Amino acid sequence: MNIRAQVSSVFHLDKCIGCHTCSIACKNIWTDRKGSEYMWWNNVETKPGTGYPTKWEDQQQYKGGWEKKGSDLQLKMGSKAASLGRIFHNPDLPTMDDYYEPFTFKYQDLTNAPAGNDQPTARPVSMISGKPMKIEAGPNWDDDLSGSNIYAANDPGVVQLSEEEQQQMFAIEKMVMFYLPRICNHCLNPACVAACPSGAIYKRGEDGIVLINQDKCRGWRMCVSACPYKKTYYGWTSGKSEKCILCYPRQEAGEAPGCFHSCVGRIRYLGVLLYDADRLAATAKLEDAELAAAQREMILDPFDPQVIEEAKKAGIATEVLDAAQKSPTYKFVKEWGIALPLHPEFRTLPMLFYVPPLLPVLSKETQGIHQLADGFFSSLEQARLPLKYLAGMFAGGNEEAVKEVYRKLIAVRIQRRKITVNDLADEEVAKAREIAGISAETIEAIFRMTSLTSIKQRIVIPPMLREQAVEAGMDPEAYKQEMGFGKRQPPKRRW
Amino acid sequence: MIDMILFGVFPYVAVALAVAVGIYRYCFDRYSYSSQSSQFLESRALFWGSVPWHYAILLVLLAHLLAFLFPSAWGALLGAPGRLYLLEVTGMALGVVSTISMLVLILRRVGNARVSAVTTTVDWILLVALLIQVATGVFIAITMRWGGFWYLHTVSPWLWSLVSFSPKIQYLASMPLVVKLHAVNAFFLVALFPFSRLVHVVSIPLAYISRPYQLVVWYRQRNQV
Repeated sequence: MNIRAQVSSVFHLDKCIGCHTCSIACKNIWTDRKGSEYMWWNNVETKPGTGYPTKWEDQQQYKGGWEKKGSDLQLKMGSKAASLGRIFHNPDLPTMDDYYEPFTFKYQDLTNAPAGNDQPTARPVSMISGKPMKIEAGPNWDDDLSGSNIYAANDPGVVQLSEEEQQQMFAIEKMVMFYLPRICNHCLNPACVAACPSGAIYKRGEDGIVLINQDKCRGWRMCVSACPYKKTYYGWTSGKSEKCILCYPRQEAGEAPGCFHSCVGRIRYLGVLLYDADRLAATAKLEDAELAAAQREMILDPFDPQVIEEAKKAGIATEVLDAAQKSPTYKFVKEWGIALPLHPEFRTLPMLFYVPPLLPVLSKETQGIHQLADGFFSSLEQARLPLKYLAGMFAGGNEEAVKEVYRKLIAVRIQRRKITVNDLADEEVAKAREIAGISAETIEAIFRMTSLTSIKQRIVIPPMLREQAVEAGMDPEAYKQEMGFGKRQPPKRRW
Repeated sequence: MIDMILFGVFPYVAVALAVAVGIYRYCFDRYSYSSQSSQFLESRALFWGSVPWHYAILLVLLAHLLAFLFPSAWGALLGAPGRLYLLEVTGMALGVVSTISMLVLILRRVGNARVSAVTTTVDWILLVALLIQVATGVFIAITMRWGGFWYLHTVSPWLWSLVSFSPKIQYLASMPLVVKLHAVNAFFLVALFPFSRLVHVVSIPLAYISRPYQLVVWYRQRNQV
C-alpha cells in the first residue's frame, strides 16, 4: 500500500443556482489581467449545452485524456515521440475561437462623438488587436439556453442519444436544464502532467494539487490538448500555460479557495481523501463502465487502523489524518456513495465529484391536481433527463451506477417529506430506504450535510504544514525586505 | 580593418553575448524562456509556415554543423558524384522550403491582426534576419555551385581558426559579398539569440521521451514523519 492524501471536492449540483459568483471570485483573484481575459479557471455551464470551450467533451475533436493501447494507457493525442514530432504545430490545440475572443467596447465614442442626429454607439473592439470585431461568442454564451437547437442539441452527450430520446428531451413541457460548475479536477492520473514536454506540470505530493511551474513551462501547449476538461489555458501574452491552483496560497493560510468561499448556494465541499497510489495504474485501465466504482474503491477508510498505520508510515501527518476523518468529501463519495466523477471515461481519475441533479419529476399534474407520481422508481426511469445522458456524464455510460445514486437521493427526499409534511405512509418511506439500501440515520446525515452545515463542516482544509515542510530548512532572513513568496514578476513578456 | 571587425572580432562578441546573456537570462529570468507560440491565436497559416520551416532549417543547420565539425568525413561523403548531386539538390530544396515558409510566417504576422498584436520589435528584427539568412543561403547555393565542397576549404577553416583563437580572416575576406553577408548575419543571429524568443532552441525537451508520465513533487522528505 502506498497511501497518499488528496484535497478533493464535491459539488452538489442540485444546489447550484447558476449565479456565476464562483467564476467572478476566481476571475478577480487570478485571471483579471491582459492575456488571461478569456480564461475561466472556474466556469459554470448550462447542461445540456455545448460548454466552454465549445463542445469540450467531444474528444474525437479535442483528443484529450487517455485511451487504452493494448495493455497500456496512452494519451489520446498520441505517444510521447509523436507528440514531440508535432511540437512545431500542435494539431490538437484549440484556438481562441473555440473559447471566445475577449472584447470590450469603445465607450469613449459615447462621450466624444460630435453632435449629430444619431445616438452615438460604442462599437465592440477586440481586446487582443484593439480592432473592431463582431462578437460571436463570449463567456457563458449559451448560459440558460438549454433546449435550443444550436447549443443543447449539439451537446456531445445529447448527440449520443437516440432520435426519440432527443425529441423527448426537447419537448416544451419537459424541457430541462441544470448547471455544471467546473474547475480543475486535480486528477490522480493527470493527462496535462503526462503531456508536458518540459516536465513543468506536477502534482504536489502532500495534497495532490496539480500546478504548472511557470519558470519551467516553455509554452509547448501540449497540456491544453491533453486535458480532456480543457482546464489548462495558454496565456497568449506570457507564452505560458496556466490553470486552477485550487487557491493553494489561500489553503496554506487556512482559507477556503475563492470559488468555494464565495459560493452562494453553498454547493461546494472540500476535504482530504486518502487513496492507494499503487492501485492507480490498474484502476485507470478498467472498462469505461467500471471506472466510477473503481475510483471509489481506491479511496481508503481514514478510520481503519491499518490504513492509519500505513498512512503514518507513508509520512502523512496526524493533523492531515484528522482532517481526512472529518472530510465531507469522504462522506459524499465513499460513505454515502452519492457523488460521482465527471466523465470518468477520460481516465484521468478526476478528484472533483458531483452529486448529480435530481431532475426527475416526483409530482405530476392531472386536471389541476398536483400529486406525487405513482411509484417513485418508475418516475426515475421516466426521468426528464434521460438516464443515459447522465450516465454518459458521470459514470462512463453505466446507468446502474447513476440509478444507485438517484435512489438514495430520492429516499432522502421521501424521508424528509415524511418528517416535514407528514403526508406519506411509513411503509412508503421504508420501501424507498430499502430500495436505495440506505439507513434512516444516513439519510439524516446526508440531509444535514446538504442543507444545515457551517463553512467549517463543508470545507475541511488540512493543515498543510508548509512552515514545517519548507521553512524549517530555510534561512529566516532569506526573504527579508522582499514581498510575498520572495519573487515577484509580472506575468508578461519582457524579452 | 572592417573585415577584421566583421570576421575576426564580431563572431567572438556574438558568441560571448549568446553565452553570457543566455546564462544570465536562464538564471535570473527563467520565466522568460518560452517558445512564445501564437498558434492559439492563429493555427492554419502557422502549420504551413512553422512545420516546414523548423524541419528544413534543422536539416540545413545540421549539414552546416557536420561540414564544420567533420570536414574530412564530409569531404569523403561528397566524394562520389551521385552523393554530391543528391546532397546539393536536397540542400537547395530545403533552402527553398525554408525561405518560402519564412515568408509565410512573416506574412502571417503582418496579415493577422491578432498575431501582429503579440509581435514585438525584436520579433520583427529576428524574422527579417532569418529571412535574409535563408534567402542569401539559397542565392549562394544556386549561383555558386558545389557549396558543399568549397565550404570545406573556406568557411570550415575560418570557423576552426576562430575556435583556436587565431582568426584567419583572409578565408572570408576574399569571398563574394553575399557570402560575407551570410556569415555576418549568421553571427548576428547568434548575438540575437539571448535577446529574443530564439532562446527556445535550447529548450528542446528530449528528456520527455524517457521520463515517466507522472511527476509528483514532495516538499518534505518521504518516510520521515
